Amino acid sequence: MHNKSQILIPAFILILWFALAIFGSWLPLEPNHIILPKILEGPSSVEWLGYDDLGRPILDRIIMGAQTSFYVAFGVILVSVTVGTLIGAISAWFGGYIDLLIVRLMDVFLAFPGILLAIALSGILGPGIENVVFALSVVGWVGFARLARAQTLSLKQREHVLAAIALGARTPRILWYHILPLLLAPLIIEATFGIAGIVIAEAGLSFLGLGVQPPTASWGSMIRDGTSYMLVAPHMVLAPGLALLLVVLSVNILGDKLRDYLDVKSH
Amino acid sequence: MPYFLLYRLLSMFTVLLGVITLIFFLIHLVPGDPVQAMLGETATPTDLEALRQALGLDKPLLTQWWLYMSNLFQGDLGTSLYSKQPIIEILIERFPATLELATAGLLVAILLALPLGSIAALRKDTIYDNGAMVFSLLGVSIPNFWLGPMLILLFSLMLGWFPVSGREGVLSLVLPAITLGTALAAILGRMVRSTLLEVLNEDYIRTARAKGLRESAIIIHHALRNASLPIITILGLQLGTLLGGAVITEIIFAWPGIGQLTIESIQRRDYPLVQACILLISLSYVFVNTFTDILYGWLDPRVRYSA
Repeated sequence: MHNKSQILIPAFILILWFALAIFGSWLPLEPNHIILPKILEGPSSVEWLGYDDLGRPILDRIIMGAQTSFYVAFGVILVSVTVGTLIGAISAWFGGYIDLLIVRLMDVFLAFPGILLAIALSGILGPGIENVVFALSVVGWVGFARLARAQTLSLKQREHVLAAIALGARTPRILWYHILPLLLAPLIIEATFGIAGIVIAEAGLSFLGLGVQPPTASWGSMIRDGTSYMLVAPHMVLAPGLALLLVVLSVNILGDKLRDYLDVKSH
Repeated sequence: MPYFLLYRLLSMFTVLLGVITLIFFLIHLVPGDPVQAMLGETATPTDLEALRQALGLDKPLLTQWWLYMSNLFQGDLGTSLYSKQPIIEILIERFPATLELATAGLLVAILLALPLGSIAALRKDTIYDNGAMVFSLLGVSIPNFWLGPMLILLFSLMLGWFPVSGREGVLSLVLPAITLGTALAAILGRMVRSTLLEVLNEDYIRTARAKGLRESAIIIHHALRNASLPIITILGLQLGTLLGGAVITEIIFAWPGIGQLTIESIQRRDYPLVQACILLISLSYVFVNTFTDILYGWLDPRVRYSA
C-alpha cells in the first residue's frame, strides 16, 4: 500500500467513528425499532446491513454501538491517564517509602490478567456503561502510572528541573510546568494503543453479557446475539465484527505511525 | 544463583499476598449487598440477617480478611453458594481443561510465530516480510470473540471438519487453540522478527557464515538461541493476556474450564467461587512469571548478578 494511504484510510475510519459517535444521536436512526416481518433479513439496497433476530436494522445498531465504544474508550482513557500519571509522577518525585509502596501496589495490579479483573468487577457491579468504564479504569491506570513513573525518574535529574528547584518553585508547579509537558509524548502513544485495547475489552465484556444493558447496542453484544444465527444470518456476526476490526486496526496502524513520528530516538 | 532464587521467591510471595488481599477487598468493597443480590428483592430482613451471619459477612471487614487468609493457607477456600460443594474440589475438576487449552494456545502461538518472524527477518522488506507483518497487525486487531465464531462458521458449520463446541477428543481442541493463540502469535512474531534482525548483525553470525556453516544451522543454533531471551520475556508477560483470553474462548466453545466457571458463577452470584476462580488464574500467572524470571536468570548470568 502507498505510504500516504496507510495514514489516510485509518484516519478516515477513525474520524467517521468519532463523527458517528458524537453526531449519531441527531441522525434519524431507529436502532430499537422492531419490524417483525424483516427478522433475520439479509442486506439489501434499502437496508444496507440487513436486520437482526428481533427485526431491528443492523446499520442503525452499529452506529449506536459506535457511540457505546467511543464513550467507554474515551471515558477510560481520561480516567486512567489522569489517575495513572498523577500516581506515577508523585511516586517518582517523592521517592522513598511512598515510591516503594506504590511500586508494590503496581506490581500487584500487574499480577492480574487485566481483562480478568475487569470481568470480575463488572460482573459484581452489574451491567451498565458507567460500571464498564469504572472496571476498565481500575485495570487501565497501572500502565500509565508505570510509564509516568519511569519518565519522571529520569526527568527529575534534568537541568531545567534542578534549576526550577533551585529557584524555589513548589512541587505542584514543577510537576505541572516542567515535568508534565515532557511526559506527554510517550503518554499519547501509550493512550493511542490503549484505545484499541479498551474498544476490544468493552466489546468483550458485552460479548460475555457483562457490558452495556440491552436494548443499548454494543458491537460485542451484537456479535454474541449473532452467533446463534450464523448459518441463516451470517451478516449479524459479520457486520459488527468488521466494524470492530476496522476501528481497532486503524487505531493500531495510526499508533505505529505516531510512535515513529514522536519517537525522538529514531529520528 | 541461590541468592537470586531466594530473592525471586520472596518477591513472588509478597506479590501473592497482595493479589489475594486485593481480590478480597475489591469483591467486598464493591457497592451493593451480595446477600440481597443472592436472595432477591423478596427476601425478608430475617432471612438476610441469617445468611449474612452464615457467611460471616456481619463481622468487621478486617476480621473477615483475616479469617479468609488463615482459611486459605490451610487449603480451605470455602464452599460454593450454588452447589454447596467445597470450592477446592470444583477447581480441581475444572482446572485441567483450562491448562490444556492454555498450553495448546501457547503451542499454536509459538509454532506460528517462530517461522513467521524468522522468514520476515531473513527476507526483510520483501513480500514475505510484508505478508508476515500484515498477519501480525491483523492478529493483534482481531478480537478472539469474533475470530472464534468465524472459525466455527467456516470450519465447523460449513466444512464440518471440527466440532462446534465441547471438549471431546483432540479435534475439539483445534479451533479453541487457534482462537486463543492467534493474538499471541502476532505479538510474538513481531518480537521474533525484530530480535532476529538485531542478532543477525552481530559479529558471531558473520563468523559462523565465514566458517561456512549452513544457513539453517546459523539461524537455529546461533541466531535464534541468542534471540530467545527477549522472546521468553514477552511469552511470560503475555501469558496473562492468554489466560484472560481463555475466559472468552471457553465461553465461545463451551469449554468446561475455569473461565466458563468464572462466568457461570458471576451469573449465579456465587461470590466465593468467583473470588476463588480469579485467585487461581492470577496465581497461575504469578507462578509462571516467577518461573520465567528464574529461567531468564539461568539462561543469562548477567541477570542473576544484577538482582
